[in-house]
Amino acid sequence: MNLTVRESLIAFRRAPLLSALSVTTIAFSLFVVGLFGLVAVNLQDALRGVAERVEIVAYLLPGTPIETVTLAGKDIEAFPEVQSASYVSEDSALGRARAELVEFRDVLQELERNPLPASIEVKLKPRFRDADHVNQVADRLRGFGFVDDVRFGRDWVEKLDRLRQIAAAVGLVVGAAFAVVAIIIIGTTIRMAVLQRSREIAIMRLVGATDGFIRRPFLLQGAIKGMLGGLAAIALSYGAYTLINRWLIHAAFFSKEQAVAIVGFGMLIGFFGSAASVGRHLRRV
Amino acid sequence: MIKFTNVFKAFPKGGLALKDVSFHIAKGEFVFLTGHSGAGKSTVLKLIYAEQPVTSGEVRVSGFNAAELRPRDVPMLRRRLGIVFQDFRLLEDRTAEENVAFALEVTGARRSSIPARVMRVLTQVGLAAKAQAYPRELSGGEQQRVAIARALVNEPTVLLADEPTGNLDERATRGVFQLLRDINASGTAVVMATHDLDLVRQAPYRVIELQEGALVYDSAVDEPRDQAASP
Repeated sequence: MNLTVRESLIAFRRAPLLSALSVTTIAFSLFVVGLFGLVAVNLQDALRGVAERVEIVAYLLPGTPIETVTLAGKDIEAFPEVQSASYVSEDSALGRARAELVEFRDVLQELERNPLPASIEVKLKPRFRDADHVNQVADRLRGFGFVDDVRFGRDWVEKLDRLRQIAAAVGLVVGAAFAVVAIIIIGTTIRMAVLQRSREIAIMRLVGATDGFIRRPFLLQGAIKGMLGGLAAIALSYGAYTLINRWLIHAAFFSKEQAVAIVGFGMLIGFFGSAASVGRHLRRV
Repeated sequence: MIKFTNVFKAFPKGGLALKDVSFHIAKGEFVFLTGHSGAGKSTVLKLIYAEQPVTSGEVRVSGFNAAELRPRDVPMLRRRLGIVFQDFRLLEDRTAEENVAFALEVTGARRSSIPARVMRVLTQVGLAAKAQAYPRELSGGEQQRVAIARALVNEPTVLLADEPTGNLDERATRGVFQLLRDINASGTAVVMATHDLDLVRQAPYRVIELQEGALVYDSAVDEPRDQAASP
């Protein structure tokens, strides 16, 4: 077996308690970050669902020929922000109104003339569903000669924007704070592991071990601990998620990529935390 | 092989540990480094194995110049030295055999050659039968023998010993000292720091005496002293 691997494993066997403590610390630190991540993921999902309803409706002047509308529809779909533009004729508008506005069915039934205008309903691509882009597209739609009026829920879109900004800011600040706390706690545990072996490190140096040789088992060990901690954090998060799902609300769990990212983050913290700790120790003694 | 030329060593928090120390130790020599505690014996050894930097003057060890030593040269220098301490500095959770093998492993020695080389030095120090014992199962003298075996296993040209008998009773002291003499007889230079004057008087070896950081006597240069006088 490779010497680095052997020395790393020996360290686990020699200090099982401290190793378990490191893994647990990493696991719980990442668990807290992960829980917060879950909240963020679900909030984002919810906001995305709401944003899907962002829609711009351009009402057309009566008597606009269908050919003109079809051509314009193609032009509109060619806008970079636009996902789809669909034509709703006067008749189908009325049909929809009849289906949706049950209370007014009688009134709508008895109409002699259809009072509803035809319209083009424009949906934007997900990343353009904010107030600025909605306004821009609305302005451009107004530019078409046959467009009578353009409607979109201005207040509503602006509120959604604010909500998104707040969510992003809170997510960034709280997420960063959690991550920093996790890094500090994990760094401290790793430092303990290094200090516990400082005598051994001193002896290794005396017999002519290079710094790289001394460092390598620590790095591998750090990465392994980080990985185990990350896996445990995923397991804990999954447990929490199951409970929430069963008793509280229906929520989403991490995607496979996000789960891998958490484990990877654990490994990186373990690796670089060890590198920093051992490096500092080696420079000082 | 070890050459100190006008060496000064100052500590950051004041005080000179070594003042203008010069000496030359040749291949295969046995040298006692004597003096009271704090006279600078350990500092001389630490400068030799590059544990501390020289303040001024020149230290040359086995082809290395301490002033030009890059951090990555330090392990290479130490592999040419064997170092033994008063407190043995063995790894408590490894057997005698593993402690010795460790010194070979860190140097990247060929794996298949390690067991034979370890057994050879353990036999040389008279501990072949206790290869599987842990340090706590060994007496002080035996632990020091393991430490000496570890120092020898890389076939150093110099063995540095800092008060190697300081923690040992008289019988163990005699045994360890005899072992160091045998090692010297087979060609390895030995630099032994000690304040055990009985030991120094027992053997006809060169004596370098330090006093408050200054070299006050070197039997290779100065007149022989009255043996009755305290050096």
